Amino acid sequence: MTGYTSLEQQAKHRQLGLSDGQAIDMYRTMLLARKLDERSMLLQRAGKINFHISGIGQETAQVGAAFALQPGVDYLLPYYRDYAMVLAFGMTPRELMLSAFAKAEDPNSGGRQMPGHFGHKRLKIVTGSSPVTTQVPHAAGFALAARMTGQKFVSFVTFGEGSSNQGDFHEGINFAAVQRLPAIFMCENNQYAISVPYHKQVGTANIADRAIGYGIAGVRVDGTDALEVYRVVKEARERAIRGEGPTLIEAVMYRLTPHSTSDNDLVYRTREEVEYHRSRDGLPRFRQYLIDCGIWSEEQDAKLAEEIAAIVKDAIDYADKAPYPAPEDALKHVYAEEESTWRS
Amino acid sequence: MAVMTYIQAITSAMRDEMERDERVFVLGEDVGVKGGVFGATKGLQERFGELRVLDTPLAESAIAGVAIGAAMYGLRPIAEMQYADFMLPATNQIISEAAKIRYRSNNDWNCPVVIRAPFGGGIFGGLYHSQCPESVFFGTPGLKIVAPATPYDAKGLLKAAIRDEDPVIYFEHKKCYQMIEGEVPEDDYIVPIGKADVKREGSDITVITYGLTLHFALQAAEELSSEQGIEAHVLDLRTIQPLDREAILAAAARTGKVLIIHEDNKTGGVGGEVAAIIAEELLYDLDAPIRRLCGYDVPAMPISPTLEKFYMLNKDKVKTAMRELALY
Repeated sequence: MTGYTSLEQQAKHRQLGLSDGQAIDMYRTMLLARKLDERSMLLQRAGKINFHISGIGQETAQVGAAFALQPGVDYLLPYYRDYAMVLAFGMTPRELMLSAFAKAEDPNSGGRQMPGHFGHKRLKIVTGSSPVTTQVPHAAGFALAARMTGQKFVSFVTFGEGSSNQGDFHEGINFAAVQRLPAIFMCENNQYAISVPYHKQVGTANIADRAIGYGIAGVRVDGTDALEVYRVVKEARERAIRGEGPTLIEAVMYRLTPHSTSDNDLVYRTREEVEYHRSRDGLPRFRQYLIDCGIWSEEQDAKLAEEIAAIVKDAIDYADKAPYPAPEDALKHVYAEEESTWRS
Repeated sequence: MAVMTYIQAITSAMRDEMERDERVFVLGEDVGVKGGVFGATKGLQERFGELRVLDTPLAESAIAGVAIGAAMYGLRPIAEMQYADFMLPATNQIISEAAKIRYRSNNDWNCPVVIRAPFGGGIFGGLYHSQCPESVFFGTPGLKIVAPATPYDAKGLLKAAIRDEDPVIYFEHKKCYQMIEGEVPEDDYIVPIGKADVKREGSDITVITYGLTLHFALQAAEELSSEQGIEAHVLDLRTIQPLDREAILAAAARTGKVLIIHEDNKTGGVGGEVAAIIAEELLYDLDAPIRRLCGYDVPAMPISPTLEKFYMLNKDKVKTAMRELALY
């Protein structure tokens, strides 16, 4: 599967309504996420940060989806591998590193949560937790709010294929389906729930088939193909805004890294399997697509790599030097401050 | 002042708040056309429409989780759990999500949701329509928990809960719905969350309680007063989280003899924490060991009349415990 080679395909992003600049932006975002991710793993190994959980191999789907949404309008309920998605929604590399270093200025949680637990109200990125799939009913709640207030936005929520076994997956999607709410549910099927492979998690051949049980649209897409993901998410958004209800999207991909910095994946899968999927990595394929379209070059790519290296270095330096929270800040924000609590 | 039942006070609080704030809405099983299995939302769908009085799928985690999402957006959902016994599927949403949203986001997001849950027994509900599950949630910082016993408090606390910026679990006692009547002001008022209330002044013993058992204590107190001249001081906690420490200590200091009563089973219940607060601050001022009169430590209340009557507290059991403490 080489992809993106025929003349017809070369113009695919334009056919989908994306400008050359937007296509390049997509590449820039996925590459930035990849580089931040790789450096975070090294930072953890060097003892500079406590933990990292990677999204490597999933950036193409995340960027494709995020570019089909409207940051600032739509609500994003991400899961813990969605670095590329939150970057596309406006989170900065410095902010991600502040979270990785658990510093006071971290907008996600003020250094309270593990990295990968995103949240940023101004950017409409909804705070999440670690018990998986709890965000799916929340997405239905945001979509219900859109319905009740007559606002034209969608809620977009992601989760893994293992998560799709949770009760909250079923309860949340069913609720949105019954009310025909403007919600998009995207499963990032990376084949593994930590160590347990797809066939030991799920009885159906595809996650997308589960949509049949809810009476909603179900779409399966190659998650390593950013433009295909863009296309299906854009269509899902249009359906949602037209009042035609939610869509379940399954973006098929592969987790190229261990589950987290606490996991040794070679206990449960082979190096050959991982290498096979690394050869199908969507990120270099997208770069090649841009070059084949004639809108990108090796020189530009080298320059971008330098630029991103500088951004990553700046983010790490900034976060490393930033102050930790004051110890007693652990007591803050259990409840609202008194004056706002007793509003009459 | 109008006289109304406890359940009418609850309906009236929701109606008032929905009139004054269009962000307020109700969702739950059977709350719409039917008006709730107990009738707490009766008439609300006719007045406010299907979307603001929303019949949901039978799925408690979604009822809580969807409400939490809508609350984070900025709406003011009231999620009804049909019976408190059925809210355990929603416990992860309540404890892992609602309770921690403000804290985990460092005050960026908040979750102003109300979760109403009919609790308590004495209605031949058997194991799964009679429980008092407040101890499951008690001790989870980030949650507020209220349990009113009178129509006045029921209305005032529900209005306060709806206006609160944080998640509030509102336990309403099923046995009080029709049995308890009382005066409720016509005008807008709230009962502040976190404030206990002295329901009877006395100088011989102190009773600290909440929910249905308040009424047993007040009835017993009147009989003990007229029959034996024992004057009980009765504190209604009203809010069980956060506990009103000052009011608990003041009530305990008033008589030096404390009886804590609740329908929930004794072990791990709210009463243990109330006793600990008193012991930490006032141990040497007490004239008797702190006593607790609670439900038995069995899994839940059985349905057979003999078994239910044995399990449930009543005025006579409460009176006996109060007399014993007075005579200590």
